[in-house]
Amino acid sequence: MTFNRSKLQNSLIHIVLSFVAITTVMPFYWMAVTSLKTPEDIFKMPPILFPTYFYIQNYRDVFELMPMWQGFLNSTKVTVLVTIGTLLTSSMAAYAFAKINFIWKDTLFGIFLSTLMVPGQVTLIPLYILFSKIRWTDTHLPIMVPIILLNAYGIFMIKQFMHTIPDSYIESAKIDGYNHFGIYLKIALPMCKPVLVALGTFTFIGNWNNFLGPLIFLSTESKFTLPLLISSFRDIYSVKWGLLMAASSVSIIPIIILYIFFQRFFVEGIALTGLKG
Amino acid sequence: MKSAKRLKKSENLWGFAFILPQLTGLILFTIGPVFATFYLCFAEWDFINPPKFVGGLNFSVIFGDPVFYKSIINTFIFAGGTIPLTIIISLFLAVLTNRKISCLSIYRTAYFLPMVTSSVSIALVWYWLYAPDFGLINLMLSKIGLPELPWLADTWWARIAIIIMSVWLQMGYNYIIFISGLKNIPKIYYEAAEIDGANKFQIFFKITLPMLSPVTFFVVITLLISTFNMFNESYILTRGGPAYATYTLVMYVFFKAFQLFRMGEAAVASLVLFALVGVITMIQFRLSRRMVNYDV
Repeated sequence: MTFNRSKLQNSLIHIVLSFVAITTVMPFYWMAVTSLKTPEDIFKMPPILFPTYFYIQNYRDVFELMPMWQGFLNSTKVTVLVTIGTLLTSSMAAYAFAKINFIWKDTLFGIFLSTLMVPGQVTLIPLYILFSKIRWTDTHLPIMVPIILLNAYGIFMIKQFMHTIPDSYIESAKIDGYNHFGIYLKIALPMCKPVLVALGTFTFIGNWNNFLGPLIFLSTESKFTLPLLISSFRDIYSVKWGLLMAASSVSIIPIIILYIFFQRFFVEGIALTGLKG
Repeated sequence: MKSAKRLKKSENLWGFAFILPQLTGLILFTIGPVFATFYLCFAEWDFINPPKFVGGLNFSVIFGDPVFYKSIINTFIFAGGTIPLTIIISLFLAVLTNRKISCLSIYRTAYFLPMVTSSVSIALVWYWLYAPDFGLINLMLSKIGLPELPWLADTWWARIAIIIMSVWLQMGYNYIIFISGLKNIPKIYYEAAEIDGANKFQIFFKITLPMLSPVTFFVVITLLISTFNMFNESYILTRGGPAYATYTLVMYVFFKAFQLFRMGEAAVASLVLFALVGVITMIQFRLSRRMVNYDV
């Protein structure tokens, strides 16, 4: 009796869980299927749920109509540089706030934290004016430099982690003749690997998907990042669904592959940051 | 004595050297621009002619603009729809999967999938799902005998469409937060409750929910902030339409500044966004002191 009840409960749970799983995966499936259909078959009734052929002309057209390779390269360049830069500058600042006793330390850290309250849109207009004055508009610099040079959230995350490094490690390294730079490089950074990986993954995803920045600062098509190219597809080919879905697939599939490889880091990273919040 | 002073000086130097890059960013890209925004609020500037001081004119223009109020109301509607739904669904999933269960890793991979994909590309996919005649959602509705819906063409359905997509996007992230929160609740509480003969519902409402309150608090704040910063979803799905029904505050700032080149008015609107986020965060912290149970 109890055995049957728990079995029934178990299958009910599986039904609910798989229903949600299908809901989350369905849009991706439908995107891929639509992108592989001929224009006529897209509007066929009843709809074809399982294609029996692969019509790759949509993909050929996508690469022909828009500089997708260039967009891919631009996105990769911006994202990789921003991720490396952010990790470097925020881990340096975090080390200082966690392990160096310098004046105004607490006040400065408080000011850094308070920037978390400032929405990006508040600084956007003056930044646009500044960047057009120094002729940075229509280059990738405005969507890289400000992001690399300020990440209070990153500082906070790494700082929390650095506090777990015992001060005795630092003291003994000092006795061995290391200065702060040596300690940061040889002790602090290697010990912070988990938090660096987590922050790195978030920074990567966030910047790969950045849209508002490129939309405002870039105007030449050859400099566009992938989200911006996708958005122009929507403007120009508004109901050519096969083409639009092929374009979406091109930008989504690489990140899904990355995600499947690095899944563990995502989940651990979110758990790490969420609990501290 | 002298060496202690020297040591102190050298610590100060090291400290500032390490924070220098981020300090530069802080001053140049946040503190400076925030003050510039305050100044711009009182100026008229179209980028071509030099800025001109106009006093409170920008404020009266913005606060007299019905579209501005509409975009604030929309933001609250989006928050009111997205936040409870996301919390209920992701908490429900977390409770269901917080046990030994087969295929768990497959489910999890599926749930996390939306959050890694670019919101622009995925919004384009939803644009197709919501398409009036051949969109998958209307096809499925008519299949089960329901009427097709004017998803992106009707003011309320367009808002609902955006809420559904936001919940779908944010569910996975918050699911992970809840599941790691659940794992942190000590087992003894559950064991004690079972000995006392509490049923599943009692356990959920008397133990799980109160013990999770710091996590829920975190989730509400992050969801609120992301709703207030919403832009991509409406921009791709509806361009803010129909009749400004899905216009967001960020979109308002964007169009004012970069399409109409009314920098002063845009600055006022962005300041209102700043104030709203600030006020809400403050209310949240006040409330949390009374309601959140940090006693774990």
